[in-house]
Amino acid sequence: MSDENILSVDHLAMRFGGVVAVNDLSFTAERRKITALIGPNGAGKTTVFNCITGFYKPTSGAMRLTHDDGRNIQLERLNDFRISKQAKVARTFQNIRLFPGMTALENLMVAQHNALMRASGLTFLGLIGAPSWRAAEKHAIDQATRWLDRIGLLERADDAAGNLPYGDQRRLEIARAMCTEPALLCLDEPAAGLNARESAGLSELLLSIRGDHGTSILLIEHDMSVVMEISDHIVVMDYGVKIAEGAPKDISDNPRVIAAYLGADEEEAIAVMEGGT
Amino acid sequence: MTAPVPGPTLVSRAPDIAFIFKKALISALVALVLFSLMIGVRTEAGPTGQLIYWTRFDDLAAMVATVFGGSIVVELLRQWWGPVGTVRIVPPAAQDALVVARRAIAPVLLIFTFLVPVIFYDQRYILDLGILVLTYVMLGWGLNVVVGLAGLLDLGYVAFYAVGAYSYALLSTNFGLSFWVCLPLAGILAAFWGVLLGFPVLRLRGDYLAIVTLAFGEIIRLVIINWQSLTGGPNGVSGIPRPTFFGIPLIAGDNGLAAKLGIEYSPTHRIVFLFYLILALALLTNWVTIRLRRLPIGRAWEALREDEVACRALGINTTTTKLTAFATGAMFGGFAGAFFATRQGFISPESFTFQESALVLAIVVLGGMGSQLGVALAALTMIGGFELFRGFDQYRMLVFGVAMVLLMIWRPRGLIGHRAPTVFLERNQAISSELTSEGRG
Repeated sequence: MSDENILSVDHLAMRFGGVVAVNDLSFTAERRKITALIGPNGAGKTTVFNCITGFYKPTSGAMRLTHDDGRNIQLERLNDFRISKQAKVARTFQNIRLFPGMTALENLMVAQHNALMRASGLTFLGLIGAPSWRAAEKHAIDQATRWLDRIGLLERADDAAGNLPYGDQRRLEIARAMCTEPALLCLDEPAAGLNARESAGLSELLLSIRGDHGTSILLIEHDMSVVMEISDHIVVMDYGVKIAEGAPKDISDNPRVIAAYLGADEEEAIAVMEGGT
Repeated sequence: MTAPVPGPTLVSRAPDIAFIFKKALISALVALVLFSLMIGVRTEAGPTGQLIYWTRFDDLAAMVATVFGGSIVVELLRQWWGPVGTVRIVPPAAQDALVVARRAIAPVLLIFTFLVPVIFYDQRYILDLGILVLTYVMLGWGLNVVVGLAGLLDLGYVAFYAVGAYSYALLSTNFGLSFWVCLPLAGILAAFWGVLLGFPVLRLRGDYLAIVTLAFGEIIRLVIINWQSLTGGPNGVSGIPRPTFFGIPLIAGDNGLAAKLGIEYSPTHRIVFLFYLILALALLTNWVTIRLRRLPIGRAWEALREDEVACRALGINTTTTKLTAFATGAMFGGFAGAFFATRQGFISPESFTFQESALVLAIVVLGGMGSQLGVALAALTMIGGFELFRGFDQYRMLVFGVAMVLLMIWRPRGLIGHRAPTVFLERNQAISSELTSEGRG
């Protein structure tokens, strides 16, 4: 079974002093599938993300990442930048963290840092302008251009990222994460603040990332229309523990989930979940 | 900005007399409190050590009156001009001219610099000043890598300048190594110290980093003062060999360069040589920095300045990236230090005080962080301007300070605040300074 799962989280726990943010959480994310992590505010979703992407060191538990070639990596043993560099896990942030003073193209070039560092012979080959470096740089620009085209920002390639509209920044951040050529892409609320049309475009983009690149996606999202439309598997958290897991339609009529989202009033909860979003 | 600026609109917007007077009164009151001790009372130690003081209330009154009047004038001017738009002070026609001038300024400045020794061959003072300015341009460009690109606030840059200077001085006086051997060694040693300092320090951010680098600068200076057996302590190192033209000394006599070239010896030759030497070193610094910016390491520096967390999420090793920035900046500081030692022929710890660090940092900030041209212009303004104001005698610092304040009001993000992208597809357009961040360490 382990070959089908790109990520398996086992008994993950994260405590901040006396506060238990995540408690004994276990779930798996399938390869080339979109797994959504949902739950009310403060459920501990972002903490799970921060553990997976190495920004927090979990108090206990294990997170195993299995690459296509069968290589296993224990994520809890790697720290910050190595998760992205060695384990090939990329992420975006809840509050967009682009490099606002750099152009859209530069943002995507920074994302290819490790590959380009090798190509530039740790800067020395690049300094003398070696042909191999020039070729690698051109390749990197081509890849960035392809992604800009894909997210519809080719026209604005030379504009500062901080000048782009909000929705474009969201997509650019996803493109930037994809430029690191990840095996697992972790998206923290990618649809937050997007209008209906932009959300639909986002769903399309994520489906194509899964389909064309075979990248597995782990997603935190509050926008249920996006979650229900694109997820293959949903994990629901509340107060740091998993309360439900399953396919989208099982989740949408799971009374425990509805209760968690909107208290005990299940009638109201169902109405909101079906009609509101 | 194309429409003509409307004339004074006194009719529609009469100056608010009460407001102006209130403001002027407050200013005068502040001035009274400040100046009553600074100007109003003058103290001096008497012949037997007792305190002598006398009052200068007339001067104090004049000062407060000036502040009162000045405040009214400034406030009237402000109301006359409308909301402060610094752009409005410069007419549109002049702005267009400025755009053209901005493009031409770098090549013109470079050509002029090359010609300085030709034009001012007989003026030793100008040549010496040119060498001084170029030394600071080089230091500014070196620190620009650390502060401007990587966004790490380094208040102890002079430490690397000192390491470079003492490396050359000690290696050449003790082992007889030539300048051209010592120059790379000085750079390498300074870079080594940069890495050594960087390792423990770069975990710190922002103000904490600034304080530790400040302390490091002082530590290096204190070690130099106290390690008498090696560095000569406060007496410094003297008799540092002058640079040679790749082995041929620039001296009078049969072995000198002048005799070999068959021209008459002149002491100016050495000054001109030093001028071109520091120009070459500065241009090397500039060239390397410009190249580095377009390489992944340079982009990572700037990305680090923009957002460190995002860098980590993209798999960039922030520690080594910061260290390389520190080491690169330190290396250029080391080169400049070696040049300083060979130019002076004598160095002592007094040349490497915090004031030097502050001056170089001021050049970088004033120039516009990250801008190569801005730093060069700022060095010219700071060092050259300082000399220019020599005619004002005791008011030199005052005039200089006012000039700095005005410059910072006019250009809060430095002379050249915008950022040029390192790579572009179609349009190479500058990025406004409002979007770039200064870095938080």
